[in-house]
Amino acid sequence: MDERREARESGSGGWTRWAVAGPPTVFLLAFFLVPAFIVVAASFREPGEFGGLVPLAAGWRAAFSMEAYRFLSGDLVYAQIFASSFAVAFATTLICVVLAYPLAWLIARSPRRRRDLLVLLVILPFASNFLVRIYAWIMLLGPANLLYTPFAVIAGMVYVHLPFMVLPLYTNLEKHDPALLEAAQDLGANAWTRFWRVTFPLSLPGIYSGSALVFIPVLGMFAVPELLGGTGDILIGNLIKEQFLDNRDWPLGSALSIGLTIAVLACAGIAAAGARRGLQGTEAVS
Amino acid sequence: MALLEIREVTRRFGGLAAVDRVSLAIEAGEFFTLLGPSGCGKTTLLRMIAGFDEPDEGELFLDGKSLSGIAPEKRPVHTVFQSYALFPHMTVAGNIAFPLEMANRPREEIARRVRETLALVHLDEKGQAYPHELSGGQKQRVALARGLVNKPRLLLLDEPLGALDAKLREEMQVELINLQRDVGVTFVFVTHAQQEALALSHRIAVMNMGRVEQLDTPDRLYTAPSSRFVADFIGKINLIEVEVIDASHGHLGLRAAALGEFAAEPVPGVKAGERGALALRPELVRVTERLESVDLRNRFTGRVKELLYLGDVTLYKVQLDGGFVIEALLTNAAPGRARLFKAGDSVTVAWRHDAGVFLRG
Ligand SMILES: Nc1ncnc2c1ncn2[C@@H]1O[C@H](COP(=O)(O)OP(=O)(O)OP(=O)(O)O)[C@@H](O)[C@H]1O
Ligand SMILES: [Mg+2]
Repeated sequence: MDERREARESGSGGWTRWAVAGPPTVFLLAFFLVPAFIVVAASFREPGEFGGLVPLAAGWRAAFSMEAYRFLSGDLVYAQIFASSFAVAFATTLICVVLAYPLAWLIARSPRRRRDLLVLLVILPFASNFLVRIYAWIMLLGPANLLYTPFAVIAGMVYVHLPFMVLPLYTNLEKHDPALLEAAQDLGANAWTRFWRVTFPLSLPGIYSGSALVFIPVLGMFAVPELLGGTGDILIGNLIKEQFLDNRDWPLGSALSIGLTIAVLACAGIAAAGARRGLQGTEAVS
Repeated sequence: MALLEIREVTRRFGGLAAVDRVSLAIEAGEFFTLLGPSGCGKTTLLRMIAGFDEPDEGELFLDGKSLSGIAPEKRPVHTVFQSYALFPHMTVAGNIAFPLEMANRPREEIARRVRETLALVHLDEKGQAYPHELSGGQKQRVALARGLVNKPRLLLLDEPLGALDAKLREEMQVELINLQRDVGVTFVFVTHAQQEALALSHRIAVMNMGRVEQLDTPDRLYTAPSSRFVADFIGKINLIEVEVIDASHGHLGLRAAALGEFAAEPVPGVKAGERGALALRPELVRVTERLESVDLRNRFTGRVKELLYLGDVTLYKVQLDGGFVIEALLTNAAPGRARLFKAGDSVTVAWRHDAGVFLRG
C-alpha cells in the first residue's frame, strides 16, 4: 500500500516536485557536500607554515602528501582517544535512555492538557545559552570536588543531550494504544511483563532515533570536555578543534574529521541493520 | 451453580448509574448476549466482569467465588476487544502464544496449541504474518484465537463484529456459533444489533439505561416481549395504544382510538379500564382484498399507503379507516398469492386474536 502511494505521489507532475525539493537540494550540495569534499582534499595536503595550507601554486609535490594519515596511524594515542570518545558517547546514550524513559513515559501518561506544558519544560533549558549552562555545572561540581573528572564530562554530556532523547521517546510512547496494555493484562500479564513484552518493544523506534540524536553529537562535542573535563578527558572533538585553532595543522584536523565521519557512518549502518530486523510490526506506532 | 453470577451490581459515573442493580446468572457452556442501545451500560458491565472496573455496589461471583479485588490478569476471563488490540510487533502465532506464555505452559505444548487454534480459525497459513498484513476478518479471527487458546472460563466479546462489513459479518456469525459449540467455552457477547443477538445466542439480556429489561431465549424475546422497550427494540413491531374494555370472557376486549375494538389473549391480572399497548408483529398481520371473506374477528378495512418491495417479502403500510397506520409483512411467494398489492388498493387487514401481546403501561 505504501509503495502504491509513493508511486502515485511521484507521478504527480515532475516540476512541482523539483520546485519543492530543489532549494533544499541545492542548499545541501553547496553547504554540505562541497565542504565535505574540501575537507577530504585538505586532509591530503601539506600544512602551511603559519596555519592554513601550502598553496597549490607551490607545485604538486609541495602541496600534497599523506603525512596526516601517516602521523595518525603512527601514534596509538589517537586510536585511544577515538576509543574513549566512543565509550563516552555510548555511556551518555545509555544513561540518557535510562533517565529519559521514565520521564517520557510519565509525560505520555499525563492528562492531555498538561502534556504540552511538560514538553515545554523539557526543552526550556534551550532558552538559555549553552555555555552559561555549562558554567553552571562548573559551579555545581566544583564544590563537590567532581570538576575535571570523567564523571563531570559524562554528567555534562547527559545534561546537554537529555532532551534529544526525551522528545522522540515521548512522541513514540504517546502514540501507544492503551488497549494493547489492557489486552495484555486481560491475557494474564502483570505490570512488569506488560512493560517488557508490549511497551518496551513498541518503543524501540523511539529509542533508536533518540540514540542517534544523542550518540552522534556527543562524539563531536568539544565544549563540554574542555570546560568540565581534566587533561586526560580529551575527546575527538577537542582534538579536531585543537588542530584547527591551536596547532594550525589543517590536514591533520581534516583527517581526524574524516575518521570520525567514517566511524559514525559505520555505527549508524550497523544500528540501522540491527534495527530493521528488530522492528517488524512496530511501524504501527513509530 | 451458575458459572458467573452478577448480584445487584451498580456502577455510577458522576451521578449517573451506567449499570443499575443488575442481577443475572450465566451458565457454563452458554452463548449469552448483552443486547441494548448505545450507552446502556453493556461495556461497563463487561469491564467489571473482566476486572478493569469494580462495582460501586453488588458483587460478582465466578464459580461461586467472589471476584472483588481480583486483578484482571488473575481472572480466568479473556476478552475479544472491538478494536482487536492485536500486538503489532508480534506475529499471528506470537499473539496467540501470548496467553499460554503468561500461563507458563511448556514450550512444546504452546507450539502444539497455537497450531491447533490456528487451524480452528482457518488461519493455518498465516502464523508468521504480522497483524498489519491481515484483512479485517483475519484480524478478527486472530483476536478470537488469542482469547480462546488458553481455554478461559469465560470469553467476553465486546461488539467483535462491529468493524466488519455486512457480508463478512454474516460469515463470522456462523463461524462464531460453530466455534463456541466446538470449544465449549462460555461466551458473553455484547452487541447493539438485535438480529445478530437473535441469530447467535442461547439467551439474551436486553438492557436499557443500565438495567436488564428482559432476560430470555431469542424466540421468547421475539414472540413475548415483556415491555414496550423490548418489543420496539427487537425486530419490527406495531405498537397500538389501547384501553381494556373487557377482561371477563376468556379474552381481552381492547379499544384503540384510531382503530376501533378488537380482541387479544388474556393476560393474568389485567382488568377493564387499564391502559397499555398491543404489540403486533408485521408478519402476523394478514392483508387480503377487500370484501374477501376472512374468518378472523380482528378485521379492519383500509387502503395501502406505501409499500417496500424487499425481494422475498414486501412490507406494506396500510392506512386503516380509523386512521391508524399498520405495518404488514407478506411473503411474496406464498401459495395462492396471485398478485402484489399496489399503493392505493383497498384491502382488508386481519390478525388472529392471539397474534399480539398486551403490554401494560
Ligand atoms: N469511564 C467513564 N467515565 C464516565 N462515564 C462513563 C465511563 N464509561 C462509561 N460511561 C458512561 O456510562 C454509560 C454506559 O456506557 P457504556 O460504555 O457501558 O455503554 P455501551 O452500552 O457499551 O454503549 P455502546 O454500545 O455505545 O458501546 C454511558 O452513558 C457512558 O457515557
Ligand atoms: Mg460499548
